[in-house]
Amino acid sequence: MIVELGHYALVLAFAVACLQMLMPMAGAIRGDQAMRQVASTAAVVQLALIGVAFFALMYAYIVSDFSVINVSQNSHAAKPLIYRVSGVWGNHEGSMLLWVLMLALFGAAVALFGRNLPASLKATVLAVQASIAVAFLLFILTTSNPFLRQDPAPIEGLGLNPILQDPALAFHPPFLYAGYVGFSMAFSFAMAALIEGRIDSAWARWVRPWTLAAWMCLTLGIAMGSWWAYYELGWGGWWFWDPVENASFMPWLAGTALLHSALVMEKREALKIWTILLAILTFSLSLLGTFLVRSGILTSVHAFAVDPERGTFVLAIMGFFTGGGLALFSWRAAMLRQGGLFQPISREGALVLNNLLLAVSCFAVFVGTLYPLFYEFLSGAKISVGPPFFNLTFGPLMVPLLLAVPFGPMLAWKRGDLYGAAQRLYVAAGLAVLALIGALALSSKGPSIALIGFGLGVWIVVGALSDIAARIKLFSVSGTESLRRLAGLPRSAMGTSVAHFGLGVTVLGIIATSAWQSERILSMKPGERVEIAGYGVLYEGVAPRQGPNYREEVASVTVERNGAVVTRLEPAQRTYPVERQTTTESGILNSIWGDLYVVSGDRAADGSQSFRIYFNPLVRLIWIGAVFMFVGGALSLSDRRLRIGAPARARHASAVPAE
Amino acid sequence: MALGRKGKRSVVIGIGLAGLALAIGLVLYALNDTIVFFYTPSDVAEKSIQPGQRFRLGGLVEKGSIAKGADAKVGFAITDTDKSIKVTYQGILPDLFREGEGVIAEGRLDDSGMFVADSVLAKHDETYMPPEVAEALKEKGVWRGDEKSGGS
Repeated sequence: MIVELGHYALVLAFAVACLQMLMPMAGAIRGDQAMRQVASTAAVVQLALIGVAFFALMYAYIVSDFSVINVSQNSHAAKPLIYRVSGVWGNHEGSMLLWVLMLALFGAAVALFGRNLPASLKATVLAVQASIAVAFLLFILTTSNPFLRQDPAPIEGLGLNPILQDPALAFHPPFLYAGYVGFSMAFSFAMAALIEGRIDSAWARWVRPWTLAAWMCLTLGIAMGSWWAYYELGWGGWWFWDPVENASFMPWLAGTALLHSALVMEKREALKIWTILLAILTFSLSLLGTFLVRSGILTSVHAFAVDPERGTFVLAIMGFFTGGGLALFSWRAAMLRQGGLFQPISREGALVLNNLLLAVSCFAVFVGTLYPLFYEFLSGAKISVGPPFFNLTFGPLMVPLLLAVPFGPMLAWKRGDLYGAAQRLYVAAGLAVLALIGALALSSKGPSIALIGFGLGVWIVVGALSDIAARIKLFSVSGTESLRRLAGLPRSAMGTSVAHFGLGVTVLGIIATSAWQSERILSMKPGERVEIAGYGVLYEGVAPRQGPNYREEVASVTVERNGAVVTRLEPAQRTYPVERQTTTESGILNSIWGDLYVVSGDRAADGSQSFRIYFNPLVRLIWIGAVFMFVGGALSLSDRRLRIGAPARARHASAVPAE
Repeated sequence: MALGRKGKRSVVIGIGLAGLALAIGLVLYALNDTIVFFYTPSDVAEKSIQPGQRFRLGGLVEKGSIAKGADAKVGFAITDTDKSIKVTYQGILPDLFREGEGVIAEGRLDDSGMFVADSVLAKHDETYMPPEVAEALKEKGVWRGDEKSGGS
């Protein structure tokens, strides 16, 4: 009964979304304001209905109602509760439902909190947002309905893929989707600006918080996915330049660029057309990501079995919104008043450089990801593009970008003083050079670009700290005065520094673990010992163990350092009888300096056990840095001046009609 | 520098285009060097691929071919049911590596015609078949297409 209610609510939500899309248009044509205002109510109703549908499905999962096909194919009564809940989005149908739920959430947020938006802009934004919902709800209802029943109902479900039964992965899709879908706000606002034919700095002030929130979620979502791949898959790596990974990375790059260009638009009323284009492209890349993952068109290490029909439908949706968006852009963009120009050496100049390099590196990732498709289409031969391509293109493009990061916040708007900024960065530059020399001394072989990267990481970290130090006049005024200044620092400035600091930390982690990873592959008999990166690893033996819904063969490994026992690791091979699948559980010893990562493999006939052992120096910094980026975004978002409808708007209100 | 409004704009656009040109150059150069072709065992036999050239070999793991040696070395054969090629790999095989299942290995042929793999592509899902392998099997007429499920 509850499942039928959910199904019915989803159909109703589709009808409401249609209404939300059409009424503002009809209202605009007939000049009827009341008709346009329907959109706000519809957005809230749509959220409520999709919420009902989503929780109905969740209910079916929690009570293990196997008469629902989706539940029986992806769940099992013996699964722990948290994975029955996360199982809702651990499959195609449910994850699409989560997608539209996020979409409706953002739409309703505009309806509820966007009171200060001009009424016509708000109605248009909601109509565009609804058109996306219409497309995806139609997709769900026609090709991926999670509420279909079967009769007779099986006694037990098929279970959830065991590698998805993991805490990090339980929360990875919601954050990732919040990110993808959050960029739909930027898209809807861009479309609305083009339709209305006007855009100003107030527009950027409304768009930026949404983009920032989406960017934060995407950052965390990608980090969680990478963290999961690192410890769950047992490959010792954290990023493989795989199509599915790139699918989430491209919107992140474009979204990061959008975040920075919206800043220029808000403060200086410049880069208007570019920002609009970037908003369209960012959301298009989110749709492309959804398409690549959902269609399985590219060979991926993260791919799951897929249905080609669904891929075609998502491709059609992507074609419609990207094509429509770009067509509207090319038709209307010229009508927007051009923004101001500025000096190359200035805050906005630095942000343009940021945008240029991010856009170009995003383009490189795009080509590398889709090139196999083009190549096969043109020549028929099948190829793959792997990490060497991305290291060769993305790597060099990042060097000037990372080099510029600390300068950006130090330069003034309009006309910056490069010499003055450089003076404040001499500490960072000195430490970066020291790090570079240290890295050179430390590594005998390592690629030189990696060493430059290590210096760059230090440069950004110290540069971000120097920015705060300069703002609070550390050491040039008394300590208490500095503290007072720190408390009075605008949160958005603080956020910038924290996020840039996080970026530097991530760069350090990436470079250290790529350049100085140690690896041993070997077989050991019980009692044998191996040395790696200063650790002694002693294999003691293997024993079976029973888990809640799996059996495992646990290899016991003692780790020593300088003759003293540090810890015992238990890498295991798990067998899930329900899903008839085995997974590898890695044993990881984490320390500040790096992870000792032990994976056990097959056992040979003579009783020797195969192992793959890594030492990944500073690898945790990669994810710690991502958390800093998230916190930086949150600080910036909490800044009063950024809040939607904040008092600052009044100052600009007189400027709006002039546009 | 006294540039007019138009002049400044063209400088900005010029820098943008230069950046794009640089990127395209870089991308094309990198693509030339780094793409890896996908071959089936029959392709390898037909095309007489030189030892040392890097490529991806895909097909099914031949039944009864898996041999485990010392130091985590594994030997197996990849077949497209017509031709088959022996593969060696040192490392831990993916969880879903099984006899008769689809597999893609990346590496090079050595002088004796043995394929030395440095990576064996894993997958997350029992029912997933890499698209290249599925297509190659279809060409050989041995594709069991109804195997895929509706999972994510």
